[in-house]
Amino acid sequence: MLLKTRKRHHIGENEVTSESVYHARRHFMAGVAGLGMAAALPRGAWAASHYDDVEKGARPEWFASRLEKAKWEAVTAGDSDKLTPFNDASHYNNFFEFGTSKDDPYKRAGAMTTEPWTIEIDGEVARPGTLNVDQLLGEHQLEERIYRLRCVEAWSMVIPWLGVPLSAILKRAEPTSDAKFVRFQTLMRPEEMPGQRSRFGLIDWPYQEGLRMDEAMHPLTLLSVGMYGRVLPNQNGAPVRLVVPWKYGFKSIKSIVRISLVKEQPSTAWPTINANEYGFYSNVNPEVDHPRWSQARERRLPNSLFSTNMIDTQMFNGYGEEVASLYKGMDLRKYF
Amino acid sequence: MRFWRCGIFVAALLPFLWWAWQVAAGQAGPEPGQYLLLNFGQCALILLLLTLSLTPLMKLTRWKGFAVIRRQLGLWTFSYGVLHLTSYLLFILGLDFSALGEDLQRRPYIIVGFAALLMLLALAVTSNRYSMKRLGKRWKFLHRIVYIALALVLLHFFWVVRADMTQWSGYAFVGVILMLLRIPVISRALGRVRPRRGRISDTQH
Repeated sequence: MLLKTRKRHHIGENEVTSESVYHARRHFMAGVAGLGMAAALPRGAWAASHYDDVEKGARPEWFASRLEKAKWEAVTAGDSDKLTPFNDASHYNNFFEFGTSKDDPYKRAGAMTTEPWTIEIDGEVARPGTLNVDQLLGEHQLEERIYRLRCVEAWSMVIPWLGVPLSAILKRAEPTSDAKFVRFQTLMRPEEMPGQRSRFGLIDWPYQEGLRMDEAMHPLTLLSVGMYGRVLPNQNGAPVRLVVPWKYGFKSIKSIVRISLVKEQPSTAWPTINANEYGFYSNVNPEVDHPRWSQARERRLPNSLFSTNMIDTQMFNGYGEEVASLYKGMDLRKYF
Repeated sequence: MRFWRCGIFVAALLPFLWWAWQVAAGQAGPEPGQYLLLNFGQCALILLLLTLSLTPLMKLTRWKGFAVIRRQLGLWTFSYGVLHLTSYLLFILGLDFSALGEDLQRRPYIIVGFAALLMLLALAVTSNRYSMKRLGKRWKFLHRIVYIALALVLLHFFWVVRADMTQWSGYAFVGVILMLLRIPVISRALGRVRPRRGRISDTQH
């Protein structure tokens, strides 16, 4: 079976109330019109009971209205994959638009304006267009998916994303038969992104990523708008990012403004810097090392001074059963 | 002077105490070992550059204070280098020495960094007065390997950079300036910026 499902958990009345009060207050303070309406929409009750200790994020209408119907734990990780605390997942990031230190993104990404936000869908599609996040999500139900995230730097986390399968969104745009690859682009806004102003930066901005059409249409490939029952923090790629759990983290491009369906394999950020170190596919593979370090094992975070929490890296990050067939007959040492 | 030296001692010790406290207080992020590793390494590089800036500064200002802390800063450089290596062995490698061989093959920058630290070790053990007397002229020659160590440290850092060269470029720039100031012509010119008192009185006549 491809996707494991779990029953929704029951929650107590008190949590719902406290959440709606919280949000009523938020909306009141923000001076949003239609206060009564906003207050009447409680946060996803499930999320409220499960992510109690998670720092509350913004609550745009497009998110709030979908949270109630969200499918919680639509996909779960393995039994030994303990959820990474929200504080770690949101304070230890690679988002080079905001700097190279792991704590730069959370310190600086607050400056990024995520509302309004539009995503352009273009290229080999019958229905191109420029959509806001609400229009992008359309009628699709939000799903929670708990995925392992393996960084190319040999550390990993386990994160509960909220999003919709990318395939659903691509299908709506009606790709033509010429669409062989999907190219994604991150926001380019140097005035809000200090990394893009750097004179010694190696990345050719804007950040670009790409997937083969069958990878993009794979049911595991997620277009995420939230995590830990809330919207994505800016440093994690608000408001819309990609999550491809069987590939190294850098393939899961953040803060997307453009999705183009194209005929040719697009040029992507990391192979452009160094084609020997990073490939287009970048599937998690313990047998193909990065030239500067081994990929055989990974440090599962958080760890401590007393234990590195080192575990063996799994082929396709443990999603081989689902995705190995995509690469049948391919030499994964050549197409790394 | 004694006060000045003690001040430098405390100032050099403070980063260590600060980072140790951050780790103890759980404020060093989800990977505290890596946090210490990076900070100790960077601190060692900064101290190395500071140590190498003392001679030019002394020539420029003729203030003896720069000379009296040179050995101390050199030893601090070595100490933070040792902390950096120790962090790697303890927190990254987890004392799993079977993985060390593999790491050394795949991460040539570890070999380069280790070579630099060995050089600093040689300098540290010969930094005492006895060694200076014993080695005589050869002491000065030996201690010039600090320049090679600096080049290796910068190479070590260069190989770790992934996305942005800004920080590395800054350190390399300072390193290159400090090397240029040691070219004899420039070094002599530096000494003439603020002439000796004797000469000032000469010119006043």
